[in-house]
Amino acid sequence: MIHLWLPLALVCILAGAGAYGVIARRNAVLVLIGVELILNSANLLFVTMGSVRGDTLHTGHVLTLFLITIAAAEIGVALAVVLALFRKRGHIDLSEPGT
Amino acid sequence: MTTLDILFGSVGLIAAASAVLAVTTHQLVHAALWLVVTLGTLAGCYLILGAELVALVQLLVYVGAIVVLVLFALMLTRAPMGSSPEHSSSGIQRIAGAVIGASTTGLLAAVLLPALGGEVLAARAGDTTAIATQLFGSWVWPFELLSLLLLIALIAAFAVSRMPTTSPTSPTSPLPAETEST
Repeated sequence: MIHLWLPLALVCILAGAGAYGVIARRNAVLVLIGVELILNSANLLFVTMGSVRGDTLHTGHVLTLFLITIAAAEIGVALAVVLALFRKRGHIDLSEPGT
Repeated sequence: MTTLDILFGSVGLIAAASAVLAVTTHQLVHAALWLVVTLGTLAGCYLILGAELVALVQLLVYVGAIVVLVLFALMLTRAPMGSSPEHSSSGIQRIAGAVIGASTTGLLAAVLLPALGGEVLAARAGDTTAIATQLFGSWVWPFELLSLLLLIALIAAFAVSRMPTTSPTSPTSPLPAETEST
């Protein structure tokens, strides 16, 4: 038995930490790390709800697998964009205006 | 407090602490390594919640692939090895980030905890066979669409990395325009 407030509290903390990382970081790769944390909090919420409300389609667990795949596609494209930005500007500081 | 409660609490505490460290540390490589700790302990959380397949996929895809991509990106963009506090924005933006992060946490907690916090999740054995049956039965068309999405993402990443830049500057000499004007 697991009391459900424990995973839900972890979901809240992960989402908050990810939001802080997206806003407070200047390096583009570190912003992506914040985005990954937010995605993982969504994953944990999916898994928790899928374990609580066990439906016949196993929606929570299957959608978590899909979300992990989408996150892999997202990080691939995002890192390609970051590398293109680095080749064009010589740095990946997001706080400086583009040329 | 049951045994699983204590187990999940300790693993989740490590996950939360390493997540906070990943977004606050001043060393770039340390941020990626704290992300490894967060994702690995989250896989442990999934295991405790009874989702073995999701935990293993998390380990394979996130820790195995995504973190390696992030580390490669850090290396290719010439991340400094030592402490570099200039990668965090200073002053008021950090305060705004902390306020927004805390308010996100508070908002989610205010919504989720009163609605669902009192329930108890019965521990049960993972039903990987049933998940696999559903994944390749009811969910087979979204699954195939995801393979198409991965192919599109691969081609898009390739196209973006081959995209000609309008001002092809090398990173070591970032001021070619001025040298041309002189």
